Amino acid sequence: MIETSVLRAEHLTKTYRSGERTLTVLRDVSFTVPEGSRCAIVGPSGSGKTTLLGLCAGLDRPTSGSVSLNGVALNDLNEDELAQTRNQHVGFVFQTFQLISTLTALENVVVPLELRGESGVRRQATELLNQVGLGDRLDHYPAQLSGGEQQRVSLARAFINQPKILFADEPTGNLDGETAEKVSDLLFELNEAAGTTLVLVTHNLELAQRTQRIITLKAGSIGSDENLFRESQDLAR
Amino acid sequence: MTPYFLDTWIWKMAWRESRSSRGRLFLFISSITLGVAALVAIQSFGESLEREINQQSKSLLGADLVISGRGPFAPETESLFQTWGGEQSRETRFSSMVYFPEGEGARLVQIRALAGDFPYYGVLETSPSEAAESFRLGPYALVDERMMLQFRVRVGDSVKIGDFTFTVAGGLQKIPGETMTETLITPRVYIPLSYLDQTGLVQLGGRVSYRNYFKLDPGTDVEELLEREEPRLREQRLRSTTVEEQKARLGRSMENVYRFLSLVGFMALLLGGIGVASAIHIHIKQKLGTVATLRCLGATSRQAFSIYVIQAVVMGLVGATVGALLGIGVRALLPQVMQDFLPVTLPFEVSWMAVSQGIGMGLAIGLLFALLPLLPLRKISPFLALRFSYEEKETLPKEPLQWLVYGVIVMVIGLFAIIQTPRWIHGVAFTAGIVLVFLLLAAVAKLITLLVKRYFPDSWNYVWRQGLANLYRPNNQTIVVMLSLGLGTFFITTLFLVQSTLLQEVSLAGSGDKPNLVLFDIQSDQREEITQLVRSLDLPVQQSVPIVTMRLASVKGRPVEEIAEDPAASVRRFLLFREYRATYRESLIDSEELISGTLQTRVEDPSDPVRVSLDEGIARDLNVSIGDSLVFDVQGVPIETRLGSTRKVDWRRFQTNFFLVFPAGVLEEAPQFHVLMTQVPGPEASAELQRRVLQRFPNVSSIDLALVLDTLDTVLGQVAFVIRTMALFSILTGIIVLVGAVVSSRYQRTRESVLLRTLGASRKQITKILAIEYFFLGIFAALTGVTLAVASSWALAFFVFKTEFVVAVGPLLVILGVVVGLTLLVGIINSRGLSDRSPLEVLRAEG
Repeated sequence: MIETSVLRAEHLTKTYRSGERTLTVLRDVSFTVPEGSRCAIVGPSGSGKTTLLGLCAGLDRPTSGSVSLNGVALNDLNEDELAQTRNQHVGFVFQTFQLISTLTALENVVVPLELRGESGVRRQATELLNQVGLGDRLDHYPAQLSGGEQQRVSLARAFINQPKILFADEPTGNLDGETAEKVSDLLFELNEAAGTTLVLVTHNLELAQRTQRIITLKAGSIGSDENLFRESQDLAR
Repeated sequence: MTPYFLDTWIWKMAWRESRSSRGRLFLFISSITLGVAALVAIQSFGESLEREINQQSKSLLGADLVISGRGPFAPETESLFQTWGGEQSRETRFSSMVYFPEGEGARLVQIRALAGDFPYYGVLETSPSEAAESFRLGPYALVDERMMLQFRVRVGDSVKIGDFTFTVAGGLQKIPGETMTETLITPRVYIPLSYLDQTGLVQLGGRVSYRNYFKLDPGTDVEELLEREEPRLREQRLRSTTVEEQKARLGRSMENVYRFLSLVGFMALLLGGIGVASAIHIHIKQKLGTVATLRCLGATSRQAFSIYVIQAVVMGLVGATVGALLGIGVRALLPQVMQDFLPVTLPFEVSWMAVSQGIGMGLAIGLLFALLPLLPLRKISPFLALRFSYEEKETLPKEPLQWLVYGVIVMVIGLFAIIQTPRWIHGVAFTAGIVLVFLLLAAVAKLITLLVKRYFPDSWNYVWRQGLANLYRPNNQTIVVMLSLGLGTFFITTLFLVQSTLLQEVSLAGSGDKPNLVLFDIQSDQREEITQLVRSLDLPVQQSVPIVTMRLASVKGRPVEEIAEDPAASVRRFLLFREYRATYRESLIDSEELISGTLQTRVEDPSDPVRVSLDEGIARDLNVSIGDSLVFDVQGVPIETRLGSTRKVDWRRFQTNFFLVFPAGVLEEAPQFHVLMTQVPGPEASAELQRRVLQRFPNVSSIDLALVLDTLDTVLGQVAFVIRTMALFSILTGIIVLVGAVVSSRYQRTRESVLLRTLGASRKQITKILAIEYFFLGIFAALTGVTLAVASSWALAFFVFKTEFVVAVGPLLVILGVVVGLTLLVGIINSRGLSDRSPLEVLRAEG
């Protein structure tokens, strides 16, 4: 079987200028993520995890280096084309959920499809919300939902556009232990079912270990890149 | 590609996105509502006024044509009038005292002795209404109704005019084409012309105007008639007034009023613009996370931006429409507010043109001011969604397009002002003034935040430090409150200061030992007796001045008629043909200063040349210099003179001042009357003297400075009432903007107050911190507004009114107190709920 990569990052460097000072957050980071795989990016605070995620998802532009998402070089795209790429191929799960507070659970979930101009999307969204166990909370606003429930709405929204790749930024970071576990179970289940590539940024090593590969960032560079799948295969042998 | 405003998703999102913030957006709506209401009301009022003046134009004059002159019509003029046909009425007009024996009151009025059926168009409004006709039938008088109230005179009472006593037939309410304000200054009394001689008041030398009203035969072309007869009228020094001229005169003065009021209304709209910018700014800051998330989910920056622009447009439209409806209501009330100034009765009607203009202007101003905080949305990076947390309130990115919007706002203000002011330079000055005041207020706000930060009083106790620090900490409301409150305070204080400066000038003129009562129209043979009468009442005779009326016959050897025809001469007709009231004396008086030449005190020998002294302005306008010849026609007798000197005259003094002064020894034998000035200690002494003079000398008139002051006060009061009514829109808008700013700061202060309470601060401390913050905001805004107002009123007094600037400190302190009190009140009411909620409740809701 030929392994195709859905995400390819090459020599990514990101520097920020603050007055006279220049701060390098990422330094020459390269890796690829094969289609359908699950990968975690871990590292201490300030190691550049979120910046890397932002660059890979086309939310920000690198100072140098390139990102190719689903075979398309993001550097060549303008802001509108980037937005379109995110809408077509990318799903997001945020640490702070980022649900739109003025929209109901159902309305939040349908946004990506509505943006495409699709109609009759409520049925799909209702199905997904049923899957995440919120079938009876469709018309609730985020403020009326608990943290765990909000993150489940966020998961439904992330999968509604059947993305090629899902970026999750500390998806359980704001949840208590039990809820966190339920949400992460749900994330992996949905991911498994949809066959979506998953890139997960987390502090949580336990969560990271549920992926197949852990990239560890240290001070903006890749410290290690472990393939847990092979290790588990080796162990099995 | 579908244009963004046709994208249904954007409209859907705009609607959904407004759910939690409709209350705040309501403030946005209210901010522009009052401004639009003011504009619609004024514009619609102005249009009705213009239409009514056009439609009722004939009744504004009461006739098709009026011919007037300073002397009785000559026999050839009378025959000329006969050839014109139609119906004619005759009126003789002059100022005189009237005395009400029942009310024991006397007052200077304008007597109008009328014969004929004038007015031919429109009516004399009287109470009872039949009095307008019945007074013509016998020894009856129609008396200004307000004056009747003042002297408690009833219908059937008597009124003594000169030597004759009339019976009051009714109260005069409205005269075609005249405003209540005009009649307030000199009340009118109508009597039948046939009784004029019996009053014994019309004598040679007095100021009397003779008028003939014409109702011409249908089909007569007035313009053509005047063109034909003009040489003869001019020869007789007669003036004509046509319906068209009267219409233009009234139209011009009313247009000035309504244009000025439009600018006042526009100020309210501009102030509302600040409210819009402030409301949208806060709204948008809370939407940064949403915008970033939408961008992550695939919305383009223009799509995200369009959501909020559509909200602003729709809200602006709703606000402007509500404003227009309100404006229609205000329009219905305006004629009542302005009734004293209106020459016509205005029916209620809605001008759809004004409504659409008001909505358009409201929408434009609302949208432009909303764009200022909206534009940076285009630059929100989706990456913010990963970084964003509710604790951090990101600042909006810089957007150079905002400068373009500022430019467009200034342009819109400029265009509006230029359209509304008679000269473009005034429009430019108005715009520059507005921009300057805005900039100054903003600069002072910035300076205050910097100074407070730089020289922070570290030794103060915690509550005071915290309250003061709120002025410069992130998300402070200092600039918005300074702009809204400061501008409102500036506006009101300027109006007040200008009014009090104008009044003060007049009252100063009569203070100290300066004269405050003037008796005039005294005949030469009455002079001695009146002087004795005044002295017998222990009153001083401060001035006794002879007055001789004359006209210019020629200047530098050229007849005035010839100069008037010569375009190169460029001397105003008025100066050539006016009646000059000259005096003769041997010295200058204290209100005069010699500018050039020497004053000739006396002409000893009749063959000596006569050297007169002219006011320097008149000399300049007549284009004459020392030594030039001037010939005056003193009631038929030509007197040759040369310009001997020019004087600078302080016309503001309450005393007799003259453009033209003759040396003694020339005019003593000419027909003349005298003016006597005295100082009365109070109203009783004034009434007593006036009554005694009137009983003995009915032809002598008197003016009490107190009455002048009263009248001026009333007139200025009426003007101020109208201006204040319109300024009310600005004040209310200012309050709405203030409430908006305070409500926004409540949102920002809630979390902080809760944290403080969690850390152990008492409710009292929290309330105190907020009260201190609003106190400082109020006092800084009010002080800045008042200071700017003092500066601008000084400039107005110095450059426009050319008078001494007077600051009444007491009322300014009251204004300061009210503004600070209001700010505190709004702040405290708004923050009341803050300390009632439990910290946990708030933290949960916030989290």
